[in-house]
Formats: sequence, C-alpha cells, structure tokens
Amino acid sequence: MSEQADVAKYNSGKLQKQWKVDLIGFAFIAPWLIGFLGFIIGPMIASLYFSFTNYDLLSPPTWIGLDNYINMFTNDSRFWQAIKVTFIFVFGSVPLKLAFALFVAMLFNTKRRGVGLYRTLYYVPSILGGSVAIAVVWKQLFGREGAINDILSLFGIPSVSWVTSPDFALSTLIILVVWQFGSPMLIFLAGLKAIPAELYEAAAVDGASPLHQFIKITIPMLSPVIFFNLVMQTIQGFMAFTQSFLITEGGPMDRTLFYAVYLYEKAFAHFDMGYASALAWILLLICGIFTAFIFRTAKSWVYYESEGGK
Amino acid sequence: MKRQKNLKTLIYHGSIWILGLFMIYPILWTIASSLKPENEIFRNAASLIPSEIRWGNFLKGWEGFGDLSFATFFINSTFVTTMVVIGTLFSSTLVAFGFARVNFRFRMPLFVCMIITLMLPQQVTLIPQYILFHKLGWVNTYLPLIVPAFIGGIPFFIFLMVQFIRGIPRELDEAAYMDGCSTFGIFWRVILPLTMPALATVAIFSFYWTWDDFMTPLVYLNDTKLYTVALGLQMFSDPSSLSAWGPMFAMSVASIIPQLLVFLFFQKYLVEGITAGGVKG
Repeated sequence: MSEQADVAKYNSGKLQKQWKVDLIGFAFIAPWLIGFLGFIIGPMIASLYFSFTNYDLLSPPTWIGLDNYINMFTNDSRFWQAIKVTFIFVFGSVPLKLAFALFVAMLFNTKRRGVGLYRTLYYVPSILGGSVAIAVVWKQLFGREGAINDILSLFGIPSVSWVTSPDFALSTLIILVVWQFGSPMLIFLAGLKAIPAELYEAAAVDGASPLHQFIKITIPMLSPVIFFNLVMQTIQGFMAFTQSFLITEGGPMDRTLFYAVYLYEKAFAHFDMGYASALAWILLLICGIFTAFIFRTAKSWVYYESEGGK
Repeated sequence: MKRQKNLKTLIYHGSIWILGLFMIYPILWTIASSLKPENEIFRNAASLIPSEIRWGNFLKGWEGFGDLSFATFFINSTFVTTMVVIGTLFSSTLVAFGFARVNFRFRMPLFVCMIITLMLPQQVTLIPQYILFHKLGWVNTYLPLIVPAFIGGIPFFIFLMVQFIRGIPRELDEAAYMDGCSTFGIFWRVILPLTMPALATVAIFSFYWTWDDFMTPLVYLNDTKLYTVALGLQMFSDPSSLSAWGPMFAMSVASIIPQLLVFLFFQKYLVEGITAGGVKG
C-alpha cells in the first residue's frame, strides 16, 4: 500500500525518530486502548474464568470446572428453548428484512420526483422502532383490542391476541424488526446507485429480461453490500433484547425467550453470574461461527470489481 | 405512448404511497392515540382521528409517578446523552487520528483488534463489566453509562472517523508539518476543522443510541430518581401501576419528539453515516 509508505516517509525516517512517533501514536489512541484493555479484554478474561465458577456476587466465586456448560447442554431445557427461539427469530427476520430493504431500494433507485420524500417516510420507522416508546406501543397495537385486530375485523378475520398467543407472539416481534428495514435499505440504495448504467443498457440491447438483469447484474454487483448487511443484521439479531423483554417478557410459555433475555434473567434476576457468563461465551461462539461461515462462503458469492476495492 | 407513461408513473407513486401508509401507520396511530379521550383508544382502535383533541393526556403523563415527573426523566436523559455525545466525539476523533495518520508500531494489529470488537456482542462483556462497576461502586450512578464513551466504547464511531480522515489529502498534513506544526497541531488545526461533517454524523448517531438505550440503564440504574426516559416509559407497562393509556401514549410521543426533530433537521448526516459504514467499508 502506497499510503503506508507515505506515512512511513513522512512520520519516521528522516523527519522523526520512531520512538517519538510511537509515543505520539499511543498518546492518540490511549483512550481506546485503555477501554479495550480495561473494559473489553480484561472483562472477557474475567468472564471466561467466571464461566467455570459458581458466583452470586456476594460470596467469592467457587471453581466448579465445566459444570455450568455441562448443565446447560444436558440439563437446561430453557437454554435450548432460548437457542431455538433466537434461531427462528434470526432466520425469520434477517432474510425478510433484507428482501424488503432491497425491494424498496430498487423502487427508490430512480430519478422520479418525490423519491427524497419517500425515502424519509420509509426511514422514519427505523429511527424510532428501536425505542422503548415504540415497544410499549407495539404491545397495544397488536393487543387483543388494538388497531391491528380492528383492521383485520373489517375483513372478517377473527381477532387474535397477538402478544399473548403462543403461536403469534414471536411473529409479532419479527414484524417489528422487519418493519425497521431502513438502514439496510439506505445501504442498498447507495450500492445500487454505484452500478454503472451501461451494464443494464448493454444487457437490454442483448434482449435480457428485467428478471435476468436482476439476477445477472444487480445481485452480483450488489453482493459486497449484501454481505455487509447480512453480517451486521445477523449479529444484531442474535443480540436482540428490548423487543422480547418489553413486549412479550419472553413469554407466553417461553415462546419468545430470546437468548439475551434468558442471559439477563440468569444474571440480574437470579444473580447466577457464573452460569450467565457461560451463556455469554456460548453466544460469542455462536456469533463467531456464523460470522466465520458467512465470511468463508463469501469467496464463492461475493463479487469484487477490483482487487483493491475491498 | 405518453398516456402509458403517465399510467406507469401513477401506479408507481400510488403503490409507494399505499405501502408508505402501512410503514407510517403505527407512528400515526401512536400520535392519534395520545390525543384521544381515554375510553376511545381501544374503541374504534384503528381510527387515526380522535373525536376530540385531549391535550390533557400530555399534562397527566408529564406528572409521572408519585413525586417523579417526566421532567426528571427528560433532564436525566438529556444529561446522560450530552455527556455521552461529548465523550464519543472526544475519544473517536483522537483515536481515529492516531490510527489514520500516525505510523506507530503495532498500528495495524491494534486496528484489527478494534475492527473485531465492532462485531462483539454486547452481552459478552455485560456481566464482567457489571461486576467491575459493582466493585468500583459505580452501580446506581451514571458513570457506567458515560465513562465508556470517553474511552472509545463504541468502536463503530472510531471506524467511521478513520474512514473519513483517510479521505483528507495528506499534503495538508505535510505542508503544516513543514511549517513547524506539531502532530497535535496538525490534528487540532488541520484535520479537526475538516472533519466537521463526520463529527456531526457521529454526534447524531451517539445521540440516537444513547437516547434509545434501554439495556444499560436497566442494568445499572436502580433508583427511580435516576431513571432515563426509556426506563420511565417502561414504568407505564408495569402491571402493578394502574395502566393509564392516554398518558402512556402521550409520553411515548413526547419521548420520540427529540429523535424526530434531529432526524428532520440532520437527515443528511445520518444517511451519510449509514452508507459510509456499508459501502466504503
């Protein structure tokens, strides 16, 4: 990289001694470095240790080896329920969210008038959707006497208690998350604008149908952006907390017991810090495996125009 | 031919408006419900037009719970958010400049470490951090909410600033250096003024995330006097409190007004921030 060579020439070499540069560099990144060591690496090591202990915050931790992990996998049906719910949530919401985001982005990728206003309109839910206000309201909107049932009854559909029904509670949360497709939409839109129009013109001259153009041009050209959105949304999905905690409180009958909610319950309701730490490490492992999987497969489906364009 | 084109335009705008109505309906419904008389919220629930406007919901909601009014929650949230924004601006600019412009040893490995923490689930550090803050006696204070911002707690912002600073021509630094400017001088007088648009993006995002944040205050704040707006709102859905629907909707609306205003005035910076992470990254 020429950039690095530039930095080297300008910062060190004839101009400044390397130790001086080191000192200056570390001074600048000191805030982050302190945070990284003290609030991330340190706590992570501590948490790995706690995961092998029995610890309730009041008495000192006692070493119990792999017991927390063994218990979790063999003796804790709520752990498996949380895994199941979280997977359904992630695999239900992420593809839907990205599909919506791409569809709407393609609608907005035009020079028609009013698109700026539309983009704002469609983005507003994403600005507010994560807030407690919307979570509290969502519960009522989908409540037995809420607006959704009122609208459905116009079409003769009997009212459902969305939030408290074991069959619909998770779907209600998925709808809330999919509704906030604004950020991936904006990223897709920027990606679509970067695709050269000549590609489509050439394809049209060759008689390619719009569907064909979509599969052969849009998807490959957009694949780095799809990749980015996929990684970010998947991780966010595994971390989801507020929706379940506020709207369904994990219920009914643990049908919406998100992993993060279960972890919170173990740590801050039961003060079982050792077990909760073990849960946290399993979550990290799951996220790591998924990210690695997406990265590994990326080579076969993500197309980079130039090697430099990473 | 022209007629067909007009028809297409009509279908395009028509379908976007219809879909847009679905998108925006829950928000309009919240606003409408906050103005409805209490007994009307769940009768004709779907309606967006109150039979009469009741501002009283806002007054009643603002009174809050017991001797705690929503003014307290708003003051608390404003304080925490302001401090977090200041802390984030402070740490992200300094650290980003270090990574983008100073060629110290271990620069790349440390930068990679920072990128990895971008993808670290919050829950992994939550428990040990809680134990740490508990030992420091910080639980039930604002310190656990504010201090992390000053030490680069959200690496996304550092990443965003690094990307931006890399786009500033290096000749500017070199010219300043030749004129006898120190590295800090280059940061302060040359780079910082040029990063204003990126700083705006960082400030807006950290405002949003802090204002919205529920989990961190939930974990660290026990005393209701310290509650932020997010926690205050949650008290409405507490089954032990008498559910007052009108005031609940009114305070929900009040809590999102700052976010809506910031969005309407600074939309441009928000869009830039979101797309910078996804496209240039």
